[in-house]
Amino acid sequence: MGQGRPDPEPTPVRPAAGPAGDVLVRIRGLRFSRGSQTIFDDVDLDIRRGLVTAIMGPSGTGKTTLLKLISGQLHPDAGTVEVDGQDVHRLSRRDLYRLRTRMGMLFQSGALLTDLSVFENVAFPLREHARLPEPLLRKLVLMKLEAVGLRGAARLMPSELSGGMARRVALARAVALDPMMIMYDEPFTGQDPISMGVLVALIRQLNDASGLTSIVVSHDVRETAGISDYLYIIANGRVMCGGTPAQVEADDSRWVRQFMDGLPDGPVRYHYPAEPLEQDLLGGPRR
Amino acid sequence: MARMRTVELLVGIFMAAGFVALFFLAMKVSNLSTAADGDGYLLTARFENIGSLKVRSPVTMAGVRIGRVDSIGFDQDTYQAVVRLRIDQDYDRIPSDTFANIFTAGLLGEQYIGLDPGASEDYLRGGDRIEFTQSALVLERMIGQFLFSKAEGGDK
Amino acid sequence: MIEALASLGRSGLAALASLGRAHLLLLGIIAGLPSLLLRPRLLIMQLFGIGVLSVLIVVVSGLFVGMVLGLQGHYVLSQFGASESLGVTVAASLVRELGPVVTALLVAGRAGSALTAEIGLMKATEQLSGLEMMAVDPVKRVLTPRFFGGLLAMPLLAAMFSAVGVIGGWFVGVGLLGVDDGAFWSQMQAKIDLHEDVVNGVIKSVVFGFVVTWIALYEGYDAMPTAAGVSRATTRTVVHSSLAVLGLDFVLTALMFGD
Repeated sequence: MGQGRPDPEPTPVRPAAGPAGDVLVRIRGLRFSRGSQTIFDDVDLDIRRGLVTAIMGPSGTGKTTLLKLISGQLHPDAGTVEVDGQDVHRLSRRDLYRLRTRMGMLFQSGALLTDLSVFENVAFPLREHARLPEPLLRKLVLMKLEAVGLRGAARLMPSELSGGMARRVALARAVALDPMMIMYDEPFTGQDPISMGVLVALIRQLNDASGLTSIVVSHDVRETAGISDYLYIIANGRVMCGGTPAQVEADDSRWVRQFMDGLPDGPVRYHYPAEPLEQDLLGGPRR
Repeated sequence: MARMRTVELLVGIFMAAGFVALFFLAMKVSNLSTAADGDGYLLTARFENIGSLKVRSPVTMAGVRIGRVDSIGFDQDTYQAVVRLRIDQDYDRIPSDTFANIFTAGLLGEQYIGLDPGASEDYLRGGDRIEFTQSALVLERMIGQFLFSKAEGGDK
Repeated sequence: MIEALASLGRSGLAALASLGRAHLLLLGIIAGLPSLLLRPRLLIMQLFGIGVLSVLIVVVSGLFVGMVLGLQGHYVLSQFGASESLGVTVAASLVRELGPVVTALLVAGRAGSALTAEIGLMKATEQLSGLEMMAVDPVKRVLTPRFFGGLLAMPLLAAMFSAVGVIGGWFVGVGLLGVDDGAFWSQMQAKIDLHEDVVNGVIKSVVFGFVVTWIALYEGYDAMPTAAGVSRATTRTVVHSSLAVLGLDFVLTALMFGD
């Protein structure tokens, strides 16, 4: 764990011609900063239809921000985000809202509406956007809950659910309108092994069964790499690496290796920048 | 949902209670039931001094309010106050030689116009003028008169 | 020295920016009125939360305030031999001033802080974001019903306060202190004018309802999405809306009851 010279920054990676399926989300030249901190600096990404694409990277690299940029909740300083051929940030409010009904998002905490029951939470998007007769709506909601294994919990309130269960309900809600893509924001964080296994299986099943496109943002290497068809690693605001899990495993750039293998020190420094130790201990009091 | 029914019921009761309170304030507390503004006919009266008479001050006869002061003006030619009274339509038999006085209600009270009926067979109609008026009693003048008459009496 | 000035300038600019945000939010809230009329159930829920749940504190406070007015009023008026005017005194104080103002302060404390905490918490747990993602405008869905609920509830609560207060004053004055029952009511009815007193009092409470609810919703919506942030926002709501109510009361009173 030396404090040697910093590694030279690798050149940013451009998306290669990947596996089959046309591109659903195309990001080019994305630049975004918050205050004085640059979060994204010239990022290019392709998310292909029908695949599970993972976006990984160390904490604080703005992965949640990326999802918000894709959904139009945040505006980039430069660059374009195209979803299904439409430039998200140029859409009118109405068109943006219509586009959002075709996107599902699973928040880190589930973000269920606390004053509604599980059933009502899943029914919410259906009631808002679809005119369905009540019996049909009921069947749909129950089917969605069945898909995530929580049909029996329909009467419970969100405060009565465990974290894992809340996330599954949120997942059922995210797919209520049968969207064309789902975004998962750190779905595996803080889950026990069983819940983790359940979620992992669900993500994969949902994607394949319904021909969905999934974007999983995570820093849980093992689980995420296990179910993804394509991986991007983002660090320092740039795309460090992009490819199938096999390609990424074989990549021997130091950045990728430190992240994938979970090494404490490497291009992402262990020590926060500081003066040499001797100077701090033996030198005078800090001004 | 039973819970929703309860909520709706309570909100309904709340709204009703609120309106009842407003109604109570309007009817029992304010002068709504005794007010009768708007129609009525106008009479004029001129005074040397109206004291603190205000617009909407009551106009009474035998102590009963039969109207209100409609407007107060000033005549620069005669240096008199010109007061217009609005009398309720119901009271249309006010003799034309009625006196209009400015009285004070109670000790600290506000001033009002009290009408003393005359004996004429002719009645006042809209636009008519009350000929006989008595101005408000101004405290300073009264004291002045009192002192003056005291001084006079003392001299004898 | 320069630092202090710079910091003052920054605070000033921040306050102006905040004021601007608050007004933009208000526009968004009012724009949600048409959608609200299509879903009366949301409004009813909020009338419950803001109105019904505040009734107890408003009515109890009104009763005590009215009784105190009866006591104090009688004490002062009887020195002038004018205790017959107790009815007018109590009613005028309540209907013109204490009803709207005290009710607004109570509601700001009880319902206003609850609103701020609720909205702030929804922000912190990403529920507002979630609504956005489900293509539902959180301002129209969450804030508009609460705004109009508060606007509608306030005058009704103020009327209840005044009404109960008058009864409290009557109970103390006529019941306990021996003021003549007839004089109490008749003087009141003669002197309290519907338009000048009651209607003006209602107008005041509508204005207060507008301001108190607006501040509560804005502070919640603008709060930092952390526990400390929400708690600070709640405090700000109570302080700002109380000051706003008292300041507006002065302005409105001068406009309405001045010459």
